[in-house]
Amino acid sequence: MAAIELRNVTKKFATADGGTYTAIEDLSLTVEEGQFCAVVGPTGCGKSTTLTLVSGLEQPSRGEALVHGEPVRGIDTSTGFVFQQDAVFPWRSVVDNVAAGPLYRGHSRSEALKLAREWLRRVGLSGFEDRYPHQLSGGMRKRVALAQSLINQPRILLMDEPFSALDVQTRSIMSTELLHLWDQTKPAVVFVTHDLEEAIALADKVVVITAGPGTVKAEFEIDLPRPRVVQEIRFDPRFTRLYEQIWEALRAEVAEAYARTTRLAEVAS
Amino acid sequence: MIDTPTQDDQAATTVAAQFPPEPAATPIAASPRTRANRRRAVLAGARLAIVVVLLVTWQLLVNAKVVDPFFWGEPTGVWADLYDWVTVGTSQGSLGDQILVTLEEAVLGFVIGSILGVVCGIALGRVRLLSELFAPFLKAANSIPRIILGSIFTVAFGFGIQSKVILAVVLVFFGVFFNAFQGAREVDRNLVANARLLGASRWQVTRDVVLPSAFTWILASLHISFGFALIGALVGEILGANQGLGLLIRSSQNNFDMDGVLAGMVLVAVIALTAEGLISLLERRLLRWRPPQTHGGAAVE
Repeated sequence: MAAIELRNVTKKFATADGGTYTAIEDLSLTVEEGQFCAVVGPTGCGKSTTLTLVSGLEQPSRGEALVHGEPVRGIDTSTGFVFQQDAVFPWRSVVDNVAAGPLYRGHSRSEALKLAREWLRRVGLSGFEDRYPHQLSGGMRKRVALAQSLINQPRILLMDEPFSALDVQTRSIMSTELLHLWDQTKPAVVFVTHDLEEAIALADKVVVITAGPGTVKAEFEIDLPRPRVVQEIRFDPRFTRLYEQIWEALRAEVAEAYARTTRLAEVAS
Repeated sequence: MIDTPTQDDQAATTVAAQFPPEPAATPIAASPRTRANRRRAVLAGARLAIVVVLLVTWQLLVNAKVVDPFFWGEPTGVWADLYDWVTVGTSQGSLGDQILVTLEEAVLGFVIGSILGVVCGIALGRVRLLSELFAPFLKAANSIPRIILGSIFTVAFGFGIQSKVILAVVLVFFGVFFNAFQGAREVDRNLVANARLLGASRWQVTRDVVLPSAFTWILASLHISFGFALIGALVGEILGANQGLGLLIRSSQNNFDMDGVLAGMVLVAVIALTAEGLISLLERRLLRWRPPQTHGGAAVE
């Protein structure tokens, strides 16, 4: 049984002027247990919408979203979600942020704090337990978000361009650390990004989404050996070959999305 | 007071002169901290000077018979009344008792009004049906000049503390309510989604996400609200009471003793400023998690 399955899902939103906007249309996607799946596509192609359907934050307008064979109804707390923007609680100290999940799941406070300290050690934030998020760097806040999510040992981990706000160096370091953490519990991952290099470096499978309304254009198996070091993997000739191959599929979609935004800009000006 | 800066400059020169081996250090001899301290001292001195100049001018105008103290009072008279109240007591008993009664009314009104405002604001901000149902009534209630209700409360609840507390509650409630409501509405949707995915129930989301996030708004309203509570207590006392600063002001007015009215005003101002200081302390404590530059008054001080 697949960990995640989207069957011909369509998601429409009501727009402010009374119309409807189709974010994704007839999209099908399967992620196996323990598989790391990266979803790439141009801006505004509905990548993030896919995640909200899997997490239960939104319901599909048509089609079905299944997690472990069960249709998703409402928010599923066995799913971890790492947001694009900061979603750690600014008024809680680092350790209290990470302890939130276990507390909500009914652990005692001392148990939750102990677990939280353990996870902070794993993400390399020992010694920062009592800081507030605003006292940390962007990369450190991302680690807090990761620990906050992984502490609940999710079977499904959804990540919405989690590292897009980080600088390039921090980003590849964080990517390597993510792979290391993922390897410990092996949840099924859907990692949304617009960065093809990041997608190939991390994933077992890369899914290319068309310019909106989004649907799957092509899927690529990434057979690069693990463990991988994200900072160096791009020098591997197989990486380059895969990159060229996938870029071939992605290029037309990016061009299409770009042409649309510039057309819009022309209309507006 | 005015010549404080000159004195300070002299002091700096003296210090610099004692350490001739470091001539380069002279222009930047004062560390940022010392400079900030000196600046603060100069500002405090200047402020005091402004007050002194105003009071002296006022007194001189009275002495020159330009200003009639019968209508406008005079600083020496105000001081005499204050001294008299402190040493001898007021016509209604000791001054401390009057202050305590007014303070009790204002604080009770402030606390009850704030709690009601926060609870109702958050509830309406979170439950859509409630806000759709009650919003028009609250807007209508907010538009009436509520101070008039004081007359009704005085008649209905009598000359005791109760009618003043209720008036203060009514005045405090709306400010806090609208801020709490707005705060609950403006909560970052990502934070709510994150809390729910982490397993928080609806109530836990309200307690752990909505409330702390709305606190920035609520605390801003509390500064103004204590002023409203004090107005409620005073107006209630002026409309009818046995005790309190409002009654003291009222009876001074009845005796055409403007110095007494102004003396009462000075006391009220002291209470209001003290409360403001305490609320700022509370704010700093509760908003510890925020980056310092967004709530520090450093830029102004």
